[in-house]
Amino acid sequence: MRYLPLTQPDRDAMLGVIGVATIDDLFVDVPEAARLDGPIHGLPMHASEMAVERHMTALARKNLTAGEAPFFLGCGAYKHHVPASVDHLIQRGEFLTAYTPYQPEIAQGTLQMLFEFQTQVARLLGTDVANASMYDGSTACWEAIGMARRITKRGKAILSSGLHPHYVSVAKTMAKFTGDLLETATPTLSAETDLDALIGAIDKDTSCVVVQYPDILGRIADLTPLADACHANKALLIAVVTEPVALGAIKSPGEMDADIVVGEGQSLGVGLQFGGPYVGLFGCKDKYVRQMPGRLCGETLDADGRRGFVLTLSTREQHIRREKATSNICTNSGLCALAFSIHMTLLGEKGLRTLAQINHVGAVAAAKRLSKVPGVELVTPAFFNEFTLKLPVEARPVVRTLADRGILAGVSLGRLYPGEDGLANGLVVAVTETTSAEDVETLAAALEEILA
Amino acid sequence: MSINASGWRPEAPVAGGKASPTVTGNKGLMLEEKLIFEIGDVETTGVDFAEAPPLQGRGWGGAVPGAGLGETSPTPSPSPEGEGSADLLAGLFRTTPIGLPGLSEPETVRHYTRLSRQNYGIDLGFFPLGSCTMKHNPRLNEKMARLPGFADIHPLQPVDSVQGALGVIHELATWLITLTGMHGVAMSPKAGAHGELCGILAIRAALEAKGEGHRKIILVPESAHGTNPATAAFAGYQVEDIPATAEGRVDTQALIARLGPDVAGVMITNPNTCGLFERDMRTISDAVHAAGGYVYCDGANFNAIVGRVRPGDLGIDAMHINLHKTFSTPHGGGGPGSGPVVLSEALSPFGPLPFVAKQADGHFALIEEETAGDDHPHAFGRMVAFHGQMGMFTRALTYILSHGADGLRQVAEDAVLNANYILRSLDTTLDAPFGASGPCMHEALFSDNGLATGFSTIDIAKGLIDEGFHPMTMYFPLVVHGAMLIEPTETESKAAIDQFVAALRSVAERAKAGDVSLKSAPHFAPRSRLDETLAARKPVLVWKEPVLAQAAE
Repeated sequence: MRYLPLTQPDRDAMLGVIGVATIDDLFVDVPEAARLDGPIHGLPMHASEMAVERHMTALARKNLTAGEAPFFLGCGAYKHHVPASVDHLIQRGEFLTAYTPYQPEIAQGTLQMLFEFQTQVARLLGTDVANASMYDGSTACWEAIGMARRITKRGKAILSSGLHPHYVSVAKTMAKFTGDLLETATPTLSAETDLDALIGAIDKDTSCVVVQYPDILGRIADLTPLADACHANKALLIAVVTEPVALGAIKSPGEMDADIVVGEGQSLGVGLQFGGPYVGLFGCKDKYVRQMPGRLCGETLDADGRRGFVLTLSTREQHIRREKATSNICTNSGLCALAFSIHMTLLGEKGLRTLAQINHVGAVAAAKRLSKVPGVELVTPAFFNEFTLKLPVEARPVVRTLADRGILAGVSLGRLYPGEDGLANGLVVAVTETTSAEDVETLAAALEEILA
Repeated sequence: MSINASGWRPEAPVAGGKASPTVTGNKGLMLEEKLIFEIGDVETTGVDFAEAPPLQGRGWGGAVPGAGLGETSPTPSPSPEGEGSADLLAGLFRTTPIGLPGLSEPETVRHYTRLSRQNYGIDLGFFPLGSCTMKHNPRLNEKMARLPGFADIHPLQPVDSVQGALGVIHELATWLITLTGMHGVAMSPKAGAHGELCGILAIRAALEAKGEGHRKIILVPESAHGTNPATAAFAGYQVEDIPATAEGRVDTQALIARLGPDVAGVMITNPNTCGLFERDMRTISDAVHAAGGYVYCDGANFNAIVGRVRPGDLGIDAMHINLHKTFSTPHGGGGPGSGPVVLSEALSPFGPLPFVAKQADGHFALIEEETAGDDHPHAFGRMVAFHGQMGMFTRALTYILSHGADGLRQVAEDAVLNANYILRSLDTTLDAPFGASGPCMHEALFSDNGLATGFSTIDIAKGLIDEGFHPMTMYFPLVVHGAMLIEPTETESKAAIDQFVAALRSVAERAKAGDVSLKSAPHFAPRSRLDETLAARKPVLVWKEPVLAQAAE
């Protein structure tokens, strides 16, 4: 087998050194009833590289890819162009096949990259500090709620109706077990965000308010009054960013005084990948750093006085604190963080701002064109690269019909909020630099035909 | 005498010269690299865009889809009817700088290539980190994961447009269930610790459904991974330690004695972190079940038994499988991982959403909140946005298909053979606290007993770095003083292991003899020992411009 270097003479010689006759002698501690005497029945035997490639390629061909269709899906995962050098660099074996940098003298590559990543993320989110990444945006969001509970010693979190429903669902699952109280609501198909309602709901038991920016329908609103209202009640404002490219065009949540800002970093470097692996971003104000979950990389000196980097503040973490840790998280999303960081380095501030401009301008033009389709209304007056349309009919069947025609038209709110009649006609459309004018025209024409 | 007018002649080096320090700090191929914040600037970008239309946060003017990408679409959009100059960014247009430096593409490639060379990876050499299963990462896995049919699909596409992707999830799920002899599997957990959480939440949901929600105790052996007690606490349980026996296994009698109506379950690692198979696992499972609890198995060490033992035959109710360990998906410098959880028949109804179901007509359905309905009323809910680590599923399935049922069995055998070979090659040099307990499984455990005064495991580890190896896991498990946990995996040749054994023997003898040069090792790495105390006392977690950094002091 091509991945196994031992030869049979090697094995025999090694058994001799160990002092046993057969490999079975090394499994004597397994109770006899549980020992298998040969390969498990019903499973195929080993296969050549060529055969496996053929099998996997056949499965891959059964999917309609974003690159081969006019493509408008967003809602927490976005298609952006990733420069070729990103994927080349993350496949360098020294990055790809390294472990968590527990031996810093021979892991400075990963550690310096993490230090750079933390700085990039903190600056982008507008926070003082950021950690070395989380699994994804949805788990980062829940961890932020738990962190707010520890800081405020209060157990009620208020979740905006504009928060991604999967993120809400994750928080609800976890809260069932931790006993946190969550106030949640379903969004309405309207221009208005629920910021005023959130401000009105904050009380002395509130640990935090969680708001998405831009929100699930693509709406954006100034978070400053909400931050002020939180702070007046000694609650924290948690902002969730699922499209980090937006922060090249609009103010960051940190600049509006959010206390914890989390995000999904998939847009930069990572690609769609059917939902994972992605990379959770997690930043906060300096004063809360010791309550942060996840790994942190810090600057220090080596014995010869040279600058170097190490994992630090590990007394927050499970391998030191066990049941008293701030989180059970161990592995983060290192390689995706690297991809994010490389893409961000290639863009730089100038590139990020240009990219954001192109996204916004393209989205505005698409919104304009699509809202001219008879019966279609634009719900969201202000947005970055994603907006919501109200169709004259349920959007979900329309999306399915369009997919059959090779157009991936967006995310229907019926998919995200099944059973919510008031949302069923909503279609969330994302437009990025990968969307061409022809794509928009194709979608518009198809909609005109279907809705006629 | 010259051969030509340039003065060239074949080099005949003189031995014993002494080096001067270099101006750059570089040492030949060992290259220093500054931070991007020190070499880049905010005006540089390594990505070409055509001129983008101005973005002032006002009006619809000039909005052209695809503009700036070089596409010609000369018709400017008209102003919106009746909207005037609506502010489409809600007055939030960014006016302040962010401070993100950019590099040109060649500078970017060089920066990260130089950084990569300061890392040790499996590709470079032996990486025997115990409990981490640092095996070779086949590149076919990488190639398959990058097929556009897997890499370039959106998680919320209509399910009819992603049947191949759902097929991958289902095929991998079937393998995992069959290899473990279990009943169901939750595919969405993002990593091992997340899988532990999944299993514990399923246990809690099952207990609550039986009206047994008052059970608040999870028993965890002292030798467990730190994630076990952290997970149990995260899920709202109190953790109680179970002692180990002198031979390095769970104290079965103590565990059984502690069972009762307040115990929700146990979390046991098998093979355990001392490298031993828990012989009494079936007995323990039966006792836990008889007492009304459930058995969680930490599957971090599944590599030792894959294809030879099915955890389902040992009475396990839930076990996570680290795809990044047993099934060779890359560790990537700390993730992403993937931690599917196999479940017993008793726990399967309580697993999380979403999951993939194969229908009678061969069509794959995605069972989410909406479709769970009456068929899966006990599912405990969603753990993560979307459907799990697809990019890891494609890699793991590629690996599994390559090995097949026969190859995976050989994986376990070779992994265990390599570990025992190390154990027996070194147990006269180093103290093997459980060496008399029988064969080890896929990892060999030593202690720092017998080292010279003032010398510890870390000195051996740093000495191994100078010998060109990544050290073993240090100071874990906690039940052994100065623990050194060595996991060779099956992808090392005998020659590689022999070289490691020789190196470790030499370093260990130096530590026993009190060789002070070990205290300052590593001497040949990009950095000498780093000051972790300084890093924690005055945390510097982000880069600041030098002026600002000074002002902050």
